Amino acid sequence: MSKFEFPPSIGSRPIWGTLEPRTGASHLFIADAHGAEAIIDVATPELMETGHIIFISRGTDYADKLRALAPAQFYEGPSYDASLPRIKRVLSDAKMGLQVYLSGTEGLMGQATNEATSAGVPPAAIQTDHRGSTARRMQCVHCKGFTEDVETDPFVCSHCGLNLFVRDHYSRRLAAYQGVCVDAEDPGNVPAQKGIYE
Amino acid sequence: MSIQFNNETFRDDYSFHNSEWAIKRFPFPFHEDSYMYSMNAEQHQGGPDGSVYEKRFDVDEHYVSEMQDRAKVLADDPLRCQSLPHMTLAGWDLLELIMVSKSEDYPDLFELHRDGNQWRWVNKPLGIDDPFTFLDDTTLPYGPMEYITRQTQGDFALLDQREENLWMDAGMITTQADWSLDFDIGMNFFEWHAPVPKANEMGIFKRALKYLINIPQGSPGRRLNWTMTVNPLLDTSPENYHKWGIQKTTLTPENIGAKQHLRVELQTFFRLPRSNALAFPIRCYLCSFQDLTTMPKWGRRLHRVIRDLPDELATYKGFIDNRPMMLDYLSKFDDGLPTSPGIFPEPETEPPLKT
Repeated sequence: MSKFEFPPSIGSRPIWGTLEPRTGASHLFIADAHGAEAIIDVATPELMETGHIIFISRGTDYADKLRALAPAQFYEGPSYDASLPRIKRVLSDAKMGLQVYLSGTEGLMGQATNEATSAGVPPAAIQTDHRGSTARRMQCVHCKGFTEDVETDPFVCSHCGLNLFVRDHYSRRLAAYQGVCVDAEDPGNVPAQKGIYE
Repeated sequence: MSIQFNNETFRDDYSFHNSEWAIKRFPFPFHEDSYMYSMNAEQHQGGPDGSVYEKRFDVDEHYVSEMQDRAKVLADDPLRCQSLPHMTLAGWDLLELIMVSKSEDYPDLFELHRDGNQWRWVNKPLGIDDPFTFLDDTTLPYGPMEYITRQTQGDFALLDQREENLWMDAGMITTQADWSLDFDIGMNFFEWHAPVPKANEMGIFKRALKYLINIPQGSPGRRLNWTMTVNPLLDTSPENYHKWGIQKTTLTPENIGAKQHLRVELQTFFRLPRSNALAFPIRCYLCSFQDLTTMPKWGRRLHRVIRDLPDELATYKGFIDNRPMMLDYLSKFDDGLPTSPGIFPEPETEPPLKT
């Protein structure tokens, strides 16, 4: 699967990179869905010797391929939320020299970046690589609820039900883009949905 | 001078009003007949007698009612006031700056008594008389930033300075021009300004940041910014936009003079002594079109500025749909005569409107 070229955007929007093997005492990989491909691209026997892969498959079948890389530890989870206690536990053991590799959707990379930095991992030791879905994790500015995997603009807030338009304004702290009521000035006049990057 | 405080509302029945005194001292933001972004900053070391520039923290006739409105906003949504854990010292710095300034600038309204760290703060308009221990959080009913900004007009952002950047790490934001502290807290200067069109390409933010990070203690700065608000609504937050947005559609040619308000922010910048943070008060002043146009110079100039503003800015400031109606109204106050330079209305020397 080829990488999606994000169009130029505003200054708060994160810019994702490409994973590169680095020297480090140990290596933590967190990926969802097609993010597995980035791990496969970067994996070397040296990295895997001290590698721990946390993979959220989300209906893909990369798990066997990842297992075949023979990481020191492998975990497959059904959702980011389900894997979060494990991610926190692993990061609580993080020592100097840990390298973190995040790949897959923006929602996963944003949230896992926050977990890693709040556990004390320096930002320079965290790499990212966007693969797969371009869906966004959105926060409703009105009710503050998060809606995951938003692919269309506008969309309906999964918490309060307002019709929200998708902004490019992004909060690293929340790992989310901002959603704002689209029909506040003309209730009921909701533009037709289209893909965010259409 | 003693101020007569209005009893008024900024919501529901909108009984907010400006006296003749308040109109005359309104910080009209256009120094010439056109507008484009600029940093336009100057020293904040006083100004003409009676102007909003005269004191470090201007107190006017709206003070008591604005503080009541803020208390309501916070009761509805406590997330409008937040402070990341490392910002408490900056909060104390801000409390000291405001208490010292106000007690010196308005001795008839505010008193600060200090004996070492044992302080007593008297706020007569709000009926507050609190003894507390400076730098001891447990001796105040709120954190220091929240305590003092519940008693001071204007929004307040406290910006931490590190990595050659400024970080929006604390704030009291209840009278904002449609931005969310809860969303933007923790962002750096370029991130929280990211949605502003054009200014980034123009290099405004790079220059502004350079200016701000070099502000030394004792040399505060200031600038004006502006937007438009239908009805004198202080809380034009994104959080409540789904409730207030509809008000923008209630303008008619008959009510526009009373309902359409020019919203001006007096932004000031103070370096704080202990934390080295930057205090960024954003004071909101509202004035209806019908009151503004009582000053012939302002009527002429407002018409020209709004008429010639690029569409992109009118869209960003949220009044592109209402601009034609605004221009119909304002054109009646523009007789084509030249205007004198500067923001002050100069009613004595500016020619009256030709009819």
